[in-house]
Amino acid sequence: MRSGSRLERVLRSGRFAVTAELNPPDSADPQAVYDRALVLASVCDAINATDASGANVHMSSVSVCALLTRAGYEPVMQVSCRDKNRIAIQGDLLGAAAMGVRNVLCLTGDGVQAGDQPEAKPVFDLDSMTLLRTACTLRDNGMFLSGRKLDAPPKLFLGAAENPFAPPYDFRPHRLAKKVEAGADFVQTQYCFDVPRLREFMARVKDLGLHERVFILVGVGPLKSAKTAEWTRSHVPGVHIPDAVVERLKKGKKDEGKRLCVEIIQQVHETPGVSGVHVMAYRQEELVAEIIEEAGLLPRRRVRAETPADKKETVAK
Amino acid sequence: MRSLQNQPHLLELAYEATHKLLRPFRRWLKPGGRVERFFVRAEKMSKGPLFNCRMCGQCVLHSTGMTCPMNCPKEMRNGPCGGVRPDGGCEIFPDKPCVWVQAWERSTHMPLYGSEILKVLPPVNRQLHRTSAWINDFTGIAQQPPRGWNK
Repeated sequence: MRSGSRLERVLRSGRFAVTAELNPPDSADPQAVYDRALVLASVCDAINATDASGANVHMSSVSVCALLTRAGYEPVMQVSCRDKNRIAIQGDLLGAAAMGVRNVLCLTGDGVQAGDQPEAKPVFDLDSMTLLRTACTLRDNGMFLSGRKLDAPPKLFLGAAENPFAPPYDFRPHRLAKKVEAGADFVQTQYCFDVPRLREFMARVKDLGLHERVFILVGVGPLKSAKTAEWTRSHVPGVHIPDAVVERLKKGKKDEGKRLCVEIIQQVHETPGVSGVHVMAYRQEELVAEIIEEAGLLPRRRVRAETPADKKETVAK
Repeated sequence: MRSLQNQPHLLELAYEATHKLLRPFRRWLKPGGRVERFFVRAEKMSKGPLFNCRMCGQCVLHSTGMTCPMNCPKEMRNGPCGGVRPDGGCEIFPDKPCVWVQAWERSTHMPLYGSEILKVLPPVNRQLHRTSAWINDFTGIAQQPPRGWNK
């Protein structure tokens, strides 16, 4: 155990892990975060707090995580290289660990052009790989990149992202190997709507022996309608949705997207080398519990969700 | 001139040859003087048109399929991002091919340095911007990762 992370414990125990994405609110009211966390917490092992995903500004991931840890939840803090240089990032990693964050997902981040403020300056001082190794440096060497010693190194369970569904396909497993080399303990993938391609990727990952060195959680999520699917694949970077899926959504009933998601989870569950799923239900958080239940992944360990009113007690401890 | 990039084996041979050619003169290859100014100009004139060189001052072309990673809008040095389009286009500029799709493809035609693409490269030293990559290579500063860098 490297980190005291609950997610790490679940994964190391060999249980099929479930993480879910929390979309940070456009609000300064903490209750908005707690409301969203509440519907996710009872069915998943950790909650991802996104870092201005799609280059759209929302409440920052570090502050969402601060709220979540105060209430006793287990967050995965997403860190992107788009908005912060190495100085800011290292400071945030320390601060997050001090607030009880034990899981970090290291990302490069979408380009600023994808968001609603494309006139912003893209930073990209580090990339996902060097960010991972930087976090590893803090944790394992107990020092900043500069070599300056830390009094207390952060205990972190380090995550990386991978997209098996984007070219260059035969480089992807090798890129995952690089991320493992750079220090990844777990991986969360982009949305999977193409199970055969995932299986191909996983077969290569197994050939490289990576499934024994890193826990792989496959990204899944419900599509609201055929129209959403079309919009998503043309506007959200890196999401690959095969035509067959769009067709099925067109012909199917209203909850076809949810049913498809449940089926994909079941197929992913059977894929050798996969350690869990990461559910991303953008603006459909209320569906996550039903999806996890229908996929047969319950019961999970109940997480006691404290209300902000209990918070004082937690802090006092 | 850019089409030469599709001959990565030729380019890696040229890289190796240049390295061998300059090595005996490494005593004079020092930063900050007339020699460096000459090298900066020469590198701009050669690597500029050939690789669209951005003068990062720490050339890693042989590790990246003879394709300059600083041309990636995210300046990724360790492989493609997850946003590459199905046709191999860049996430940010759809009309441009992804630098890393090209890099990977070219690296498979590089018997000498092709496997270097699998190594983790340290972050860019921004202080070396606009200095000579060849001189930095011989002084060793180009290969020097940050002091705390793990391994």
